[in-house]
Amino acid sequence: MNQKKQNKEKKYSFWGDTWKRLKRNRLAMFGLFIIGLLVFCAIFADLIAPYDYATQDLMNAYQGPSLQHWFGTDEFGRDILSRVIYGTRISLQIGFIAVGISLIFGGFLGAVAGYYGGKLDNFIMRVMDIIMSIPSILLAISIVAALGSSMTNLMIATGISYIPSYARIVRASILGIKDQEFIEAAKAVGTSDWTIIIRHILPNCLAPIIVQATLGVAFAILTAAGLSFIGLGIAPPTPEWGSMLSTGRNYIRDYWHMTLFPGLAIALTIFALNVLGDGLRDALDPKLRG
Amino acid sequence: MEHTSNEKLLDIRDLSVEYHSNGKIVKAVSNLNLSLKKGETLGFVGETGAGKTTTALSILRILPELPSRITSGEIWFNGENLLLKSKKEMQQIRGKEISMIFQDPMTSLDPVATVGKQIEEMIGLHEKLPKKELREKAAQMLEQVGIKRERIDDYPHQFSGGMKQRVVIAMALSCNPNLLIADEPTTALNVTIQAQVLELMKNLKRQYQMSMIMITHDLGIVAEICDSVAIMYAGNIVEYGTVERVYENFCHPYTEALFDSIPSLDEDQEELKVIAGLTPDPTNLPSGCPFHPRCPYAGPECAQQAPEVRETEPGHIVRCHKDLKGGSGNE
Amino acid sequence: MSEYLLEVKNLKKYFKTKNGPLCAVDDISFGIRKGETLGVVGESGCGKSTAGRAILRLHEPTAGQILFNGQDIVKYSPKKMKEMRRKMQIVFQDPYSSLNPRLSVQALIAESLRVNNIGKSDKEREEQVKQVMDVVGLEERLINSYPHELDGGRRQRIGIARALILNPEFIVMDEPVSALDVCIQAQILNLLGRLQDQFNLTYMFISHNLSVVKHISDRIAVMHLGKIVEIADSAEIFNNPRHPYTQALLSSIPIPKVNLKRERIILEGDVPSPVNPPAGCRFAGRCRHAMPVCKEVCPELKQCGNSQVACHLYPAEENSVR
Repeated sequence: MNQKKQNKEKKYSFWGDTWKRLKRNRLAMFGLFIIGLLVFCAIFADLIAPYDYATQDLMNAYQGPSLQHWFGTDEFGRDILSRVIYGTRISLQIGFIAVGISLIFGGFLGAVAGYYGGKLDNFIMRVMDIIMSIPSILLAISIVAALGSSMTNLMIATGISYIPSYARIVRASILGIKDQEFIEAAKAVGTSDWTIIIRHILPNCLAPIIVQATLGVAFAILTAAGLSFIGLGIAPPTPEWGSMLSTGRNYIRDYWHMTLFPGLAIALTIFALNVLGDGLRDALDPKLRG
Repeated sequence: MEHTSNEKLLDIRDLSVEYHSNGKIVKAVSNLNLSLKKGETLGFVGETGAGKTTTALSILRILPELPSRITSGEIWFNGENLLLKSKKEMQQIRGKEISMIFQDPMTSLDPVATVGKQIEEMIGLHEKLPKKELREKAAQMLEQVGIKRERIDDYPHQFSGGMKQRVVIAMALSCNPNLLIADEPTTALNVTIQAQVLELMKNLKRQYQMSMIMITHDLGIVAEICDSVAIMYAGNIVEYGTVERVYENFCHPYTEALFDSIPSLDEDQEELKVIAGLTPDPTNLPSGCPFHPRCPYAGPECAQQAPEVRETEPGHIVRCHKDLKGGSGNE
Repeated sequence: MSEYLLEVKNLKKYFKTKNGPLCAVDDISFGIRKGETLGVVGESGCGKSTAGRAILRLHEPTAGQILFNGQDIVKYSPKKMKEMRRKMQIVFQDPYSSLNPRLSVQALIAESLRVNNIGKSDKEREEQVKQVMDVVGLEERLINSYPHELDGGRRQRIGIARALILNPEFIVMDEPVSALDVCIQAQILNLLGRLQDQFNLTYMFISHNLSVVKHISDRIAVMHLGKIVEIADSAEIFNNPRHPYTQALLSSIPIPKVNLKRERIILEGDVPSPVNPPAGCRFAGRCRHAMPVCKEVCPELKQCGNSQVACHLYPAEENSVR
C-alpha cells in the first residue's frame, strides 16, 4: 500500500540524504540563513547600502546611531552601516579565497602523501609539521610583512598558514579509505592512480573536508581581521571589519558604536559558519545514516 | 500448558521488541515464546536480521535504550520476571547469573588492561574477596580455559584470536553463571581454532552444569554442541525441537530451505536447491505468514492468516499452516 | 602447448615488516586448466588471498612466473597489464566495502567499461550494463540505486557484474560468499556455476569454507602458511586426504547431521606467525605425526597417488628429485 511512497523515499541520493538531515537541524539552518544573508549583502552592497562607503562628511563625524545613520558614523562621518555592508564583500572574499588556497594546496599535498605513502608522505608531512609549529598568526604576519600589505597578500598569507590542517585531514581520510576493497576493485579493472584518487577516494572523504572548510572560512576571516587590526591588512578607505575595529578602538570610551557594529558583524559571521559547520558534520556522519 | 518454573531456568513468554529507525518501526521480535531447561543447550539459528541477537539482548536487558523498546512479554528466569527488575537488580544478575559472550573477541576485551585484571574485575563485581584470592581465582579461570597461569599479566594484544576468545569465556564463566549466552562465539575464528573452542565449551558446559543459548548461523555447530534448536525467521521462531527431531524430521519449509542451502560434503550436487527472494524488510513484513512469499508450498491461507504454533510430535513445535510430512495439519 | 590456461611457477610474495619479511606466499606452483575451477582453502593468514591478488598483480609478486596463455605477465608493462586485466578479473569478499558508496549501480558496473574505453557512448554502455545485470540476476529497476540501499546478495551480484562485463577468461573469486547468509550464499553459488558454463570461465575460488569449496571446485589446493601442502582433485582431497593438515582441516568442519560418529583431530596451539616462519615443515609444530626430519627439511610438493603432497610421511615416488 505504501509501496509507492517507499520507492520515492529510496530515490534520495547521498546529497539528498544529507540535505534532509541538515534541514532537521534548526541551528544549522539558522547559520545557513545568516550566511545566505551575508552573501546577498556582499553581492548587492551597491543597492542596499544607504550611503557610499568612502564619502566623508566631517560635519557629522562621531554620530551615534540615529534614523539617518542606523549604526552611526565614524571619525570622518562615514556611515558605519554602509561600511559594514561593504565590509561583508571584503571579508567573505578573504574568507572563501583564503580557504580555497589552503584547500587546493593542502588537499593536493595531503592526497599525494596519503595515497603514495612512504618517503614522499614522510617528507610532505614533516614540512607541514614545520609550518604548523609556527603560530599561524605569526606566519601570516611574516608573509604579509615580506610581500607588503594588500588584499591579495592578505589572502595568500591566511591561505598558506592553514595549508597544513587541510593536508592532514585529507591525508587521514585517504588513509582510511585507500585500503578498502573498492579501491582494489578499481585497480583490478585497470583504473589509473589519478582517476582512483579523484573519482573514488576524494568523494568519499568530502565530509570532513567540507566541515573543516566551513570552519576554516571563519578562521580565515578572523585571521584577516586580526591582521587588519594590527595594520597589516587592507588599507583605508576600503572598509574591512578588522580595520574598522582597529580604528574604533581609539575612540571606544566615547564612541562605542564604532567598535560594536563591526565587532558584531564578525561575531555573527563566525557564529553562523560554526553552527553550519557543526550541522554539516552531523549531517554527513555516515553513522547517523539510516 | 501449565509450567512450573522450578524445572525451567528460562521462560520467555510473548516477547515483542521494536526498534525505531527514521520514523519507521522495525518489529525485531514478535510474540516469541521459548523456554530453556536447566543444563540444556539451545541453538538459535537464523539469518542476519532474524532477531536472534535482539532476543538475547532482551534477556540481559542490554538493548540500546533509545531506539528499541520491549513492547510486550515476560522473561522468567529462575522464577522471577526479569522485565520487572530494577536497573540495580539487573546489574547483579548480569555476569553473576547470566553471562554473555560476543562474536568478536578482539573488541570485547579492554586493550589497556591485563587479562588477569579484567577477570578479577568481573569477579570483584559480584563477590567481595581479598585481592590475593581474586588473583588466584582469575589464574584458575585461565587454567580452566587452557591458558597457562603465567600469562595472567599479559595484555589482550599478546594473545591470538582463539586465545582471546578463551579469555572472554573465562571472564564469562568466572562467576559460575546459570545461563551463558554465546552470540556467534566462533564466527571470527579459523576452523581449526573453532574446533578447539567448541570442544572447550562442550567440556566447560558439562563441568559447570550450566544452560547455554548458542546463537549461530551454522547448523553444523548446532549439531555438535546443542540439545535443542530454535529456527528463527523474521522475528519469530518457526520451528523448535530437540536437535535430533528437527534435523531428521524438519517440518517447516524454511528449515528445509536452510538445510538445502548448505553444500553437502558427502554427495555431489550440480545445483543447490535454493529458495528465491530475500529475508523480508522488517519495517514492512508480509501479511499472514512472513515466509509465504518465498515458500514453495504456500497456499492462499498463508497470505491471509499468520499460522499458529502446533506440535507435530511431543516437544517439536512448528509455526506453519502446511504439513510438510503429509496429512492435514491445521491447528 | 601447455594444458593450463594459467600456470603459476614458484610464486613468492613477501611483505616487509619491522620484524623481518612476512612470507605471505612462499614459493607456490600450480596450474589451472581452461574452464576449470581450482579451489584454494586454508585458514586466515595462510596467504590464499595474497596469492589471488599477486596473480592479478594487484600485489606485485616478489618472485616467480605467472603464465597466462603461455605468456609471463609478471614482465608486462603497466600498459600491457591494463589490457591483460580485461581477461583476468576478481570478485571480492566483502560486498559492503568493495563497492564505492558514492556511485550508483549503473556507474559501478559501467566503470569497468569507461576505464577501458569500451563502448562508444554512455548510451551504448548503459545497454551493456543492462544486459549484464540481467545475466547476473539484478532487476533492471535497480539501475539507479546506491549500494547502501541493497542487501549483501544483490551487492555481490554487482561485484560479479563488474567483473563479467569485461568478458574475462579467468576470475579470481576471493571468498565471494563468505559474508552472505546461507540462503543467499546458495543463490550466488548457483549463479557462479551457471555463469561458468555459459561463458566458459575459469575460476580460482578462494575460501575458508570447505563445503563451499568442495561444491564448486574441480580441483583443490590446500594452503598452510604460504605453502601449498596438498593439491588434488576435489573428490580425492575429501575421500583420501593425505597431508595431516588437510586431515585436521576436514575433521574440524562442523557437519549439520546428528549422531555422526567420526574421529575429530583437534589441533593443539595456534597458527604460527608467517613472519620468520620455522625452518622445515611449517606444520610440524602442530602435527601429530611430526618426525625429527620435519623440523629440519622443508618438504617439497611431490606426486603421491592421485595427489601432490608436501609431507615427509609420503616418500618420493621414483622420478621426483629430493
